[in-house]
This record gives sequence, C-alpha cells and structure tokens, in this order.
Amino acid sequence: MTAIEDTALKLDPEEARRARQERLERIGKWVLPLAIMVLAIWLWDRICVWNEIPQYILPRPGVVLQTLHSDAGLLFSSLLVTLRITFLSLLLAVIGGVGLAVLFAQSKWVEMSLFPFAIVLQVTPIVAIFPLINIYVNNQTVKLLLCAWIVAFFPILSNTTLGLNSVDRNLRDLFKLNGATRWQQLRYLRLPAAMPYFLGGLKIAGGLSLIGAVVAEFVAGAQGQSSGLASRIIEAGYRLNAPRLFAALILISLTGILIFLVLSLVSHLILRRWHESALKQEH
Amino acid sequence: MIQEKVAETPAASGEAPMLLSLRNVGKVFSNGVTALSKVDLAIREGDFLSLLGPSGCGKSTALRLIAGLSTPTSGQLDWRGPIDRSNIGFVFQEPTLLPWASVFDNVWLPLRLKGVSRAKAAPAVMEMLSRVHLTGFENAVPRELSGGMKMRVSIARAMVTKPRILLMDEPFAALDEITRFKLNNDLLELWQDERFTVVFVTHSVFESVFLSSRVVVMAARPGRVFGELPISAPYPRDEVFRTSPDYAALCRQASDVLVDAINSTAGPHHDGH
Repeated sequence: MTAIEDTALKLDPEEARRARQERLERIGKWVLPLAIMVLAIWLWDRICVWNEIPQYILPRPGVVLQTLHSDAGLLFSSLLVTLRITFLSLLLAVIGGVGLAVLFAQSKWVEMSLFPFAIVLQVTPIVAIFPLINIYVNNQTVKLLLCAWIVAFFPILSNTTLGLNSVDRNLRDLFKLNGATRWQQLRYLRLPAAMPYFLGGLKIAGGLSLIGAVVAEFVAGAQGQSSGLASRIIEAGYRLNAPRLFAALILISLTGILIFLVLSLVSHLILRRWHESALKQEH
Repeated sequence: MIQEKVAETPAASGEAPMLLSLRNVGKVFSNGVTALSKVDLAIREGDFLSLLGPSGCGKSTALRLIAGLSTPTSGQLDWRGPIDRSNIGFVFQEPTLLPWASVFDNVWLPLRLKGVSRAKAAPAVMEMLSRVHLTGFENAVPRELSGGMKMRVSIARAMVTKPRILLMDEPFAALDEITRFKLNNDLLELWQDERFTVVFVTHSVFESVFLSSRVVVMAARPGRVFGELPISAPYPRDEVFRTSPDYAALCRQASDVLVDAINSTAGPHHDGH
C-alpha cells in the first residue's frame, strides 16, 4: 500500500478525492461513535449538575462507575448467574434448532407438519407463557432455561432450515449421480451449505438468549426467586438505588455487545475463505 | 485390434461396439410439455457425439435421461453390458463446485462418496489435476479461481472415477471465447488419450463441429432428433484445423441442418394458428 503511494502515483482529482474519502471513512468509522459516546456521557453528567437532579433519580456517570467498582462482588456474581443461563440456553437453542432443522430437512412432510408449532412458540410473548412454566416446572434453573430457550431457538431453526433447503440443484444431482447416501448428502453438502445461514441465526440467537434470560429472571425475580442481574435491577428499583440499577444495566448491555462481537468473529473466521458475506468485509 | 483401428480413425465409429442406444425414447413432463418425442440415438464406444439444437429442443433432457437423473416416459435406453453410476461422469453448465471445499476436496468428492480415503484418493486426484493443468492449485478454494479454471476442476471431478461415458451439458457456454477455445483443445487432448465416450450438449455450431466425431441436430416442439452429420476430419484437431477451409465447410453444413431444424419448428407453429 505505502509502496504504491510512495512512488507518487499520479491520481486524477476524482481518484484522489475517492482515496481521501475512503481514508476518512476508515477513521470516522471508529472515531465518530466514540466521540458521540463521550459527548453523550458528558452531557448526561452536565444535565445532572445543571438541574441538580438527586442521585436516586439520575446518578452522575462517575457515581455509576464508582458503584460498579464498590458493588463489584454482588454485581459480578449476579452477572455470572445470568451468563450461565444465557450460554446454556444458547447451547440448547443450537442443539434444538439445528436438530429440528435437520429433522425438517429429511422430509417436506415433517417440516410442513411441525413448523407451525415452532411459529406458535415464537410469536407468543414469553412473559405470557412464563406463569404456566412457573406452575409446571419446579427447578428454578430449568424454568429460566426453558424460557430463554423458547426465545432463542427460533432464529436458529428457521435460518438453518432455510440453509439446508437452499442447496444448489445441480449439486444435489451431482450427489445423486455419485450414489451419495442421505447421511453423506447431509454431511458433505447440506450442512456446509447451511453454515452461513446458521451463523446468521446464531448471531441473532446470541442476543435473544441474553434477552430471554433477563426477561425470565425479571418474571421469576418479581417473585424473589432469582439472583441474576435482572433481580438486582428490580431490587435496586425498590430501594431507589439508581446507581446500582444503572451499573447492572450497563453490565447487561456490555454483555450483549460482547456476545455479538464474539459470534461475529466466529462467523467471520468460519466463512472468510469462501462466503460472499465474509469476502465483502475484507475490503 | 479393432480398438487400435478405432483410435486411428475415430470417424469410422461405425466399427466400434455399441455403448448405448436410445430406442423410441419420449419424455413428457407433469405440466404436459413434451420434452422429447420418439428419439432414436446410437452411441458407440469412443464416440465424441454432440447434441446440437436450439433451446427447448430437449438436448439437456436427453442428457439427464442418459445420466439416470430422470426416467423416460416411453421407449428405452439399452446399455451394452452392466452400467452403474460410477461409469458416468457429468459436467454441468455451471462449474457446480462445493464453494467451501478446496480444489483437491472437490475433485476427491466422487471417490469420497464411494468411501475412498483422502490418502488413497490422492494419486488419482493429483493425476487428474495435472491432466487439466491445475497442478499447484489443489489448496485453492473455488472463488480464488477464474471461470475457466473452475470448469477444469469440474472436468477433473467428473473424470476422476475414470467413467466410460462423459456427459457434458453446455459446459463452456458461460466462458469467454479465448478460454473456451483453450478448454476445447484440452478436452480433445484428454479424450484422445483416454478414449472415453462423450456426449456433448451445445448450441454452438462451431464448437460442435470442432470437437465431435458426430453431430446430432435436434429440433424443438416436440424435442426430437432432426438429422445427423458425421464429422470425418481427422484428430488431433488444433488451431490449424480451426482456421482451415474444411472446418468452415463443415460448419456451413451443420449450420444448414440447424437452420432447417429451427424452421421445421417454426413452420407448423405458424400454420397451426
């Protein structure tokens, strides 16, 4: 790159403008959101000071940061509880979603018969289902897991099903010509072809499993049965402990961002050599 | 030996043993379209036979019937001797490669599906890759290759099982002319070395005449065999042949038959209404 620039390649004004534009965009992509974030936090702080807003209504950012530090023990042990539910439910969503999708791919009849049930589970708000789960399931962890799973498994199921079914027709013929068994077709053709779709679903499900875990904790926490971050938020709300409420909220947000970034990275690493989506990211 | 004689004069394919004959073959799709009607076709060992015709004449359908990807509505296909799918190689119009797999893995695929391990398959795969001039590219993935190279991988994959008959469905239609000429030459080279049988579907008069020992012209609505033209020019054929008066004359003949075939469709179509 620098070598090309050093040889003083004579660019016409249009190309020079384009090159400058690209350089600016590369920098701006990182600097702009950061600058806006800093500005927003500063404004938040100023608004608190200018309007003399009491701490129990809107704490200053510095206070929230302090609370994050002083309440670290309590908050992080709660975060661990929430994370455990999140990852377990994501794992179950992957197993359940991919398993069902593979089952669906075996026969159009199975898919036609069962897919509506998956949709019913998906469209019914989890908050409305939870009281039922609360009655039928005793174990607290199982309760939360079931809740988060119902929220998270659908994108994986629907994306993977789509992927398994969108295999190139000629490739299917090729496998047929070579006498491939059903298992070989699944193993060497359909599953790899479904990978980009599955990873897309996984990215959505990662966020949803966190949301599912928090929502489940909220509903369960309202009955004083949970010790995750959501119950910390409810508790802090009752006690007008706004700094802790904000601290817990920030932890949940950061967790969500981290999950998304990790899953994006996983997806990029798996697809980078062959899939168009990863190809575009490189340039 | 007869085999030797055939190798020297492929135009005299009448002397080679019959490999496959289609007798009175018809295919009607469930939507009522008659794709093929009363097709009789004799394919001999070592033939390079082109099916030439306008789109909709059923040439691809005929190829799928021969491949066993589809079954005829009427008539029958008689193979000489037992034939199973590993005796048939198929090259699609698109390269149809596994985009996530390396060139090596793509060529290995037909053997892998038969349970041949990577190590056991390696000599055959590497040999096929060198035959299509792709040595050194075994670790590349398809998107790193040009269109012509992808098609070479596709041909290597079809040939790695050493099929008795290679079916090609307009394989070079999407390539630029320079690449197509090169692949034509390389395909002929491969064919002359191995003497497998080829059925080559194309809508290009020039390509069919350059490659084939026989050109079968098909007509549409309903798809049927319209005429046949033996191409007696000797092999090996190269760039000298491509610019020779003989080649031009043969192209002219084939073109005339093709025009008749197209008109035979258009005629009744117009009169009928």
